[in-house]
Amino acid sequence: MNDSTLIQKIRDTFGDDVIDTVVFRGEVTHLVKIASLTKILNFVKTDPAVRMNCLVDVIGVDYMGEAQRFEVVYHLYSIQKKHRLRIKVRVGDGEHVPSVTHIWAGANWPEREIFDMFGVVFDGHPDLKRIYMAEDWEGHPLRKDYPLRGFKDKFNPYGVEKEDS
Amino acid sequence: MSERDEIISSNVVTMHMGPQHPSTHGVLHLVLELDGEKILRALPDIGYLHRGTEKIAEGLLYHQFVPYTDRLDYMAAMSNNLAYVQAVEKLLDLEIPDRAKYIRVVAAELSRIASHLLAIGAWALDLGAMSILLYAMREREIILDIFEMLCGSRMTLTYLRVGGARYDFTPQCKEATLKFLDILPDRLDEYETILTGNRIWIKRNKGVGVISADDAVALGLTGPALRASGVRWDIRKDEPYLVYDRFEFDVPTGANGDCFDRYAVRMEEMRQAARIIRQAVNEMPDGPFAVDDPHIVPPPKPDVYKNMESLIHHFKYVSHGFKVPKGEIYSAIEAPKGELGVYIVSDGSERPYRLKIRAPSFMNLQTINHLATGRYLSDVIAIISSLDPVFGECDK
Repeated sequence: MNDSTLIQKIRDTFGDDVIDTVVFRGEVTHLVKIASLTKILNFVKTDPAVRMNCLVDVIGVDYMGEAQRFEVVYHLYSIQKKHRLRIKVRVGDGEHVPSVTHIWAGANWPEREIFDMFGVVFDGHPDLKRIYMAEDWEGHPLRKDYPLRGFKDKFNPYGVEKEDS
Repeated sequence: MSERDEIISSNVVTMHMGPQHPSTHGVLHLVLELDGEKILRALPDIGYLHRGTEKIAEGLLYHQFVPYTDRLDYMAAMSNNLAYVQAVEKLLDLEIPDRAKYIRVVAAELSRIASHLLAIGAWALDLGAMSILLYAMREREIILDIFEMLCGSRMTLTYLRVGGARYDFTPQCKEATLKFLDILPDRLDEYETILTGNRIWIKRNKGVGVISADDAVALGLTGPALRASGVRWDIRKDEPYLVYDRFEFDVPTGANGDCFDRYAVRMEEMRQAARIIRQAVNEMPDGPFAVDDPHIVPPPKPDVYKNMESLIHHFKYVSHGFKVPKGEIYSAIEAPKGELGVYIVSDGSERPYRLKIRAPSFMNLQTINHLATGRYLSDVIAIISSLDPVFGECDK
């Protein structure tokens, strides 16, 4: 019952803006176009049948080697309807994502975390700066081309030698 | 105007609290903008305990990551174990035996009590009531003894594994748990006698750090802190996992959303957790405590020393791990601090492609600016304690 609302309603309302819909282990995932991200998230928050009032988390994933390298994943939950939904967008290196902090204020820190760990920039974020790493840190640790032990410098003798580029 | 004159003429003072301040529960660094003693802005600066857990996970086999989860919220290691192994099991589409589910409930609820005891103990200590911390530690000790009986370890347990639990819940454990449940209610009453009616405790907590239900939801607050604002959302009730739907328990909520309500909700949650444990221990069925699947569950350790096949099995398990299907899942549990979720992207290999931990402490700490603005400096201490952040999981 829930699934049909979450799948059909969103697909009907947004048509071509939804690129792909996957259901895996009972979890509904929509991959959407970045241009309509704000519109869709606004809809799922305000629509009375969907009512995703709680932003659980915003997550970055790095698919290195693919044309659009990063994925930003929004996990949503509805306290009234008790259902979950996942909405994803793909972004290339250097592309920007609209911030959702004006829809859910709680997106502030997770978006900063993605900026810190992957280098994805969020437009319209009130305070976009690193959250875990030091302010002058170079590189983004959770990118797949960032070595596990970091790069070699005077503080980190066990790191990987940096290639000259 | 010289810099010195500027500082003197301005009313706003910036003060750094932490990261080595004893009442910041670890390594919280708060940058406070003060006008006199009034807080204009409270900006948390986190990351002092960042260890790159998610990056490490990408290089480990699925079963090798369980010990790392102990070090997230180290006050409630069982809950972290549970959140992680449950996520992997969801990815594997694995149904675990009934007994294992009951064992997990008992373990997770014991760890909830241990976590809340420490939360309230440390909170009271910060506000000047040192005896409560000593009492809470005394009760926590009993729980840690039960954990030691269960798996040989007290803090970093690694007890729950993919496919079930590592060891059985023995009759001795059952006896010790029931004995603890007999003691606990009286002890909780004892705390309430000291705190709930105490004038100082009330003055420093009632009406302090108020957050409305709407603001709390918008800011991503979860767990007892959210329920204190009157939102009845508990994942154990709303999306029952394990066997929580078979037990009778209430979800306490507050009305005012202040520090005092957050305290009252935690106290009641401990009583409810004790209720769940008693039902789970008494109704625990016999049978295996892990799935019968040699790919996922290693052989019992004593056999490894005596039996050649078990040794080979153990070696294969430890060195190769197991493959999980391609896909992505999110699985959440109600941890003592709030919603603890694990998001795994699998590429079909033995290692997670991406593992993300949705740490409740991280999301809860976002609300500190909202809670502290307009209050006095001394209230910040109560507000931090009422959110009960643990930096192992906040900084990952």
